[in-house]
Amino acid sequence: MATLALTVVFAAAAGLFVVQPILRPRSRLDGRIQSVDDEDKHLAVIERRDRALAALTELEFDHRTGNVSDVDYRELIAPLRREAAEALKALERAESAERAMDAKRAGRPRARLAAARHCR
Amino acid sequence: MAPIGRAALIVTLGLVLYATLVGGYAALRGRRRLAESARNALLASFATTGVASAVLVIGFLRHDFSLVYVAEHSSRELPLAYVLAGFWSGQAGSLLLWMLVLTGMSSAAVLLNRRLLVQALPWTVPVLAAVACFFALVPVFVSSPFATRPAPPNGAGMNVSLQNPYMLAHPPLLYLGYVGLTIPFAFAMAALLSRRTDERWLVATRRWTLASWTFLGIAILLGAKWAYESIGWGGYYAWDPVENAALMPWLAATAFLHSVMVQEKKAMLRVWNVILVTLAFCLALFGTFLTRSGVINSIHSFARSSIGAWFLAFIAIVVGASIVLILLRLPYLRSQSRLESLASREAAFLYNNLLLVALALTILWGVVFPLVSEAVRGTAVTVGPPYYNFFLRAFGLPLLLLMGIGPLIAWRRASLRSLARSLAGPAIAAGVVGALLLAAGAGSSPPALIAYTFSVFVLVAIGLEFVRGTRARRSLGAESWIGAFASLIARNRRRYGGYIVHAAVVLLAIGVAGSSAYGSTASARLQPGQTMAVGSYTLGYLGSTFRQGRNHDELRAQLAVSRDGTPMGVVAAGKNRYHVEAFFSSAVAIRTDWLRAEDLFVIGEDFNRDGSVDLKVLVNPLVGLIWVAGVVFLLGSVITLWPDAREQRRLARRMREVEVLAHA
Repeated sequence: MATLALTVVFAAAAGLFVVQPILRPRSRLDGRIQSVDDEDKHLAVIERRDRALAALTELEFDHRTGNVSDVDYRELIAPLRREAAEALKALERAESAERAMDAKRAGRPRARLAAARHCR
Repeated sequence: MAPIGRAALIVTLGLVLYATLVGGYAALRGRRRLAESARNALLASFATTGVASAVLVIGFLRHDFSLVYVAEHSSRELPLAYVLAGFWSGQAGSLLLWMLVLTGMSSAAVLLNRRLLVQALPWTVPVLAAVACFFALVPVFVSSPFATRPAPPNGAGMNVSLQNPYMLAHPPLLYLGYVGLTIPFAFAMAALLSRRTDERWLVATRRWTLASWTFLGIAILLGAKWAYESIGWGGYYAWDPVENAALMPWLAATAFLHSVMVQEKKAMLRVWNVILVTLAFCLALFGTFLTRSGVINSIHSFARSSIGAWFLAFIAIVVGASIVLILLRLPYLRSQSRLESLASREAAFLYNNLLLVALALTILWGVVFPLVSEAVRGTAVTVGPPYYNFFLRAFGLPLLLLMGIGPLIAWRRASLRSLARSLAGPAIAAGVVGALLLAAGAGSSPPALIAYTFSVFVLVAIGLEFVRGTRARRSLGAESWIGAFASLIARNRRRYGGYIVHAAVVLLAIGVAGSSAYGSTASARLQPGQTMAVGSYTLGYLGSTFRQGRNHDELRAQLAVSRDGTPMGVVAAGKNRYHVEAFFSSAVAIRTDWLRAEDLFVIGEDFNRDGSVDLKVLVNPLVGLIWVAGVVFLLGSVITLWPDAREQRRLARRMREVEVLAHA
């Protein structure tokens, strides 16, 4: 009996904490967890760039310590630089695509307004 | 008090069930408020488990023997520290400790990674809660620490093997290691469930794996120290199933900590890493199952119970669900690059992984073989140390060598000429030392000689890395040598902390090889005044002494020790008789010479009626290095674990960039 009563007390106390996010007034952030496919796409490009730059830094350091010989360094640095440049280009492309989309989104209401004026 | 504990456990079960079901639904349907509610339930479960644990601790402190668990694992005579250790000395309490550590770590993981893993976190909560469900079900329905009965006047005491200072720390650290591996597993599963398999889950996982791996490593060493001092056979690791149970997840986690670097640098081994995280967690569950079920005969199995079937069912569910999920998400785990050369750092990591996993699976086979043979042939065939020692040499020696080669090879590919130049210094040093050791007679044990030679190779390679790295840092600025050295470590804690851990493994290898290959043993029955010799030591029996302690009597043989004729004092070895437990235990005498890292280990086997004593004396050379390795291991791990502000800034900058791009 005591266990049952105590269970009710503990459950009530914990329950208050648990339902608190459900009971609080709705806000803009309380909707569905956003699908972030765009973010994932950008993240992949940024990760690629970071990986390439980190590899360059590490190669420079390993060359400086003597773990990588001059011959190996010359062989390895070229593809790494190419990779970093490609990653940076991909990032730039993503940025300009976003800017274009943004401009398109911003332009749409203005176009609709112009069309309405024309009709009048 | 018992109803409070029982009620807290019932509410804990309700909370983690809620977090599993509601959290799973919220993550599936993308409901933010429900996901937060599930997260709160997981946090609340830590509080309620804390209440249940506090009730049990109070029960022990008040000697409340109406609690069956307290009565069976403590007594009024037990020193306070061991009274508290009674919490985890039996099955129900240790499962409650599992639950406390699990809910605590889960809460910390969820709170600490709320920004890093925004999308995967709603899935992390139900995965963690699902694991917690199992550990909450057991104390509520199968093995409760709050069962009561009319209180006896005194408790039954504690298993005398557990009455050792190392046992105060070993089980909690072991559990921190075992339970800690739940967090990487949950992050991995959440990443798969949410389809967010980018680098973020790896960053979150790496740190928790490293922490759990450190706890597990230190726990294994403390367990070895306990076995060395408390069990009294002169060894520290006997390939006991329960010892192996802790070693296996440690090996799998070691493999992961190496292969995770390949994924970070080269976006390779993505499936392999998820498999390793899952394997480490499943082996941790299996370890708990072995310790707690008593299914395999072991000196470390402190319980025999009916929870074995529950554990097996749970492990089967975890393995099955993980395999299905990994297969379903294979398209998200495609590697973005390929292995360019077999002579490269990533290839060295791959070899290291294969050897580590092969060693872990070989040990697993040795552990389960008695069960398999019993199921198939009706008789349990035990696998002995020769089996394990063979595979330790077969896989361990190449692993040791790889620790020296790996850091000296470049990422992507290295030309043979460059490789030869890098390896020449360490190889020459190792060859010279190997030849000197051979001339000194170390060839009596070829595996030990190889281990020493490889150890020198690795130590020189590590030393060169520090020297060259410091020189390179110094050339980059006008820093002093000390400043350059400090900045070398601070700017790349994982790399140089890792080298310190490698040095610890080398010390361990030297200690293990030395003590197992070059030790000497002698046994004798001595009357007072008689002497015996072992190695360069001579022991003279002075007589026996008796002393009454608080909860035990001590019978000791007093022995005068000298080495090469030089007196080195008196040691006392004998037996303890515990009053309440009515049990004898061995109390060995260990005299450590830290300069030689050598132990004189004396076991008082029998005290005879005619006043004589039967002694077994061992000289364990280099065994001290094993314990020094523990300290070095901890130092390296702490350096590696230390928060890296540069990495945090890099991740924060990356996330800001993503946000700017996505919402431009």
